[in-house]
Amino acid sequence: MIPKLPLAQWINQLVDWLTQFNGFFNSITNFFQAIINAFQWVFDLIPIWLFIILILGITYWEKRHDKKWGLLIFELLGLLLIWNLGFWHDMTETLTLVLTSTLIALVIGIPLGIWMAKQNTVQIIVNPILDFMQTMPAFVYLIPAVAFFGIGMVPGVLASVIFATPPTVRMTNLGIRQVPRDLTEAAEAYGSSSWQKLFKVELPIARPTIMAGVNQSLMLALSMVVIASMIGALGLGTQVYFAVGRNDAGAGFAAGLAVVILAIILDRITQSFTQDKNSH
Amino acid sequence: MEKEAKIKVQNITKIFGPHKDEALKLMQQGMSKVEILQKTGATVGVNQANFSVAPGEIFVIMGLSGSGKSTLLRMINRLINPTQGAIYIDGQNIIKFNKKQLRQLRQKKLSMVFQNFALLPNLTVLQNAAYGLEIQGMELNKRNQKAHDALELVHLHGYDGQYPQQLSGGMQQRVGLARALATDSQILLMDEAFSALDPLNRKDMQDQLLEIQEKMHKTIVFISHDLNEALRIGDHILIMHDGTIDQIGEPEEILTNPANDYVARFIEDVDRTKALTVKSVMTKPDTININKSGPRVALQRMWVNKISSIYVVDDENHFVGFVDSDDVSQLVKQGSRDLRSVLRTKVPSTKPDVLISDLIDQISKTPIPFAVLDDQNHLLGIILRGSVLAAIAGEEVE
Repeated sequence: MIPKLPLAQWINQLVDWLTQFNGFFNSITNFFQAIINAFQWVFDLIPIWLFIILILGITYWEKRHDKKWGLLIFELLGLLLIWNLGFWHDMTETLTLVLTSTLIALVIGIPLGIWMAKQNTVQIIVNPILDFMQTMPAFVYLIPAVAFFGIGMVPGVLASVIFATPPTVRMTNLGIRQVPRDLTEAAEAYGSSSWQKLFKVELPIARPTIMAGVNQSLMLALSMVVIASMIGALGLGTQVYFAVGRNDAGAGFAAGLAVVILAIILDRITQSFTQDKNSH
Repeated sequence: MEKEAKIKVQNITKIFGPHKDEALKLMQQGMSKVEILQKTGATVGVNQANFSVAPGEIFVIMGLSGSGKSTLLRMINRLINPTQGAIYIDGQNIIKFNKKQLRQLRQKKLSMVFQNFALLPNLTVLQNAAYGLEIQGMELNKRNQKAHDALELVHLHGYDGQYPQQLSGGMQQRVGLARALATDSQILLMDEAFSALDPLNRKDMQDQLLEIQEKMHKTIVFISHDLNEALRIGDHILIMHDGTIDQIGEPEEILTNPANDYVARFIEDVDRTKALTVKSVMTKPDTININKSGPRVALQRMWVNKISSIYVVDDENHFVGFVDSDDVSQLVKQGSRDLRSVLRTKVPSTKPDVLISDLIDQISKTPIPFAVLDDQNHLLGIILRGSVLAAIAGEEVE
């Protein structure tokens, strides 16, 4: 009989060992916090009515070719409802959490996806890691996240990043691999450098696929808000979490509805990026 | 002396797959592609190819799919790196080039046109045509001007701002051609450039290519699987199969003198009138010199050759006309020695490079054989109907 492996103990030792690098983790915390503060500062600065107009304006501009008035009406009513329910500030905090996580996910995910597309070895190594990141229950890495980054928005962002990065990586990889061979050949035949080939041919052609990945990442980040609230990330998730604690179905539903409204708005806005601008 | 080759391919070999060294050795021992594949698992793409392309010519590489023609073409700009051998462009071995030299070479000297056009869907027609120049780092206004000029050259007016998908196949390939011409490179590599087009468009594009070639004198390596196309545009044709070159020669040479059974089968179904020129079917006529020969000589020569008329030239073999045996007999009876009085100068004539297909209608309607004259009016030969028919049937003339 093989004795039970002390796997849990090993991980604990690893975490203990890692905590000695708290200087490193502190600087990451500070960096993330700076991004979070910047987003939050902007959202707090903009008056609510202007914020609503901006969102409607962006949507209108994005969809100017197919004139979807229904979406604009939905957005207007939805945002007014959030305002009315008193969730506005929570909503901006959630938006901050989601946008910060997605931003970081893109900064990591797109270059990693490109690297994977270029090197089969990288793909072989990274793919199982992505599987791991997506399937490991989120609660599990909340524990070390708190150990390294304390309580608050930062570990929430971190947990969201881990969960939200894989689609961007995978879709970037896929998009670049799907660029037709004669297009990359044409780029090379005219003497493009690798960078020219990447920026003038591969990324533009892969853009719709990459944007589909970005859209997925954003949605996954949003799905993490309630879990992130358990380690002190503020926002709509906190409202849901409190409602669960107080066994208040009504308040929970109201906050949950706000999350849904936010999700639909973010989804529709980013979805239009995934459409090829020349396909109309 | 022959002009220095623009592109010289020396013993170039490409082997795909594992065990390249072993495969190379077997290949040099003369083993076939199939045997090498069975023994080593390696695929011979191109087997020790040798050829050179002269400046300003259209060199067609012909073969069916899998013959290695695309691989061969891609080794000239090193989209595929050869396993062995050397390629000289303007005397420089490009196989030895480093990355930077290679990029320079591709930017300045080589352009490529692709079978499925390979235009960027996110760029406009103008931006696509300017792609090569953009890569070179040319500033926007200048490159747009050059790209615009190139588009005019391929008769694509007013489409600058459109996107490729909005254009027909033929028009898209014009953009591809304009992209290649815009960079002013001397060498064009054309990979089945017209194969994706419908027959009418294809013929249009071939005409246009020839028209452009007349003006620009590029060195063109053109890949095709269509023999009629090759015969139409090629100055030289290379035929290959299974990675091996079967024959290199001028279109007529290939048609009249196939090097082996493969080539012979390849050319079986071709429409010969579209490839054969007057030169290859003309025969050497018997002539008399107007300044030296009188009516009696003329009669005697006609009698010997059993013909009823004879062609007349001057001292420098300039064509003068022909005389008929009845007229000459009359002259002899009259005791006149002046052949010029019965000389007939209204003779159908043609040039040696004219295609038989352009002439066949007239040949069938004219009773007198056509005289073949060069630019200085020298008599090179005559066209007999019988030899035209023989040539079309694929038989050797004389």
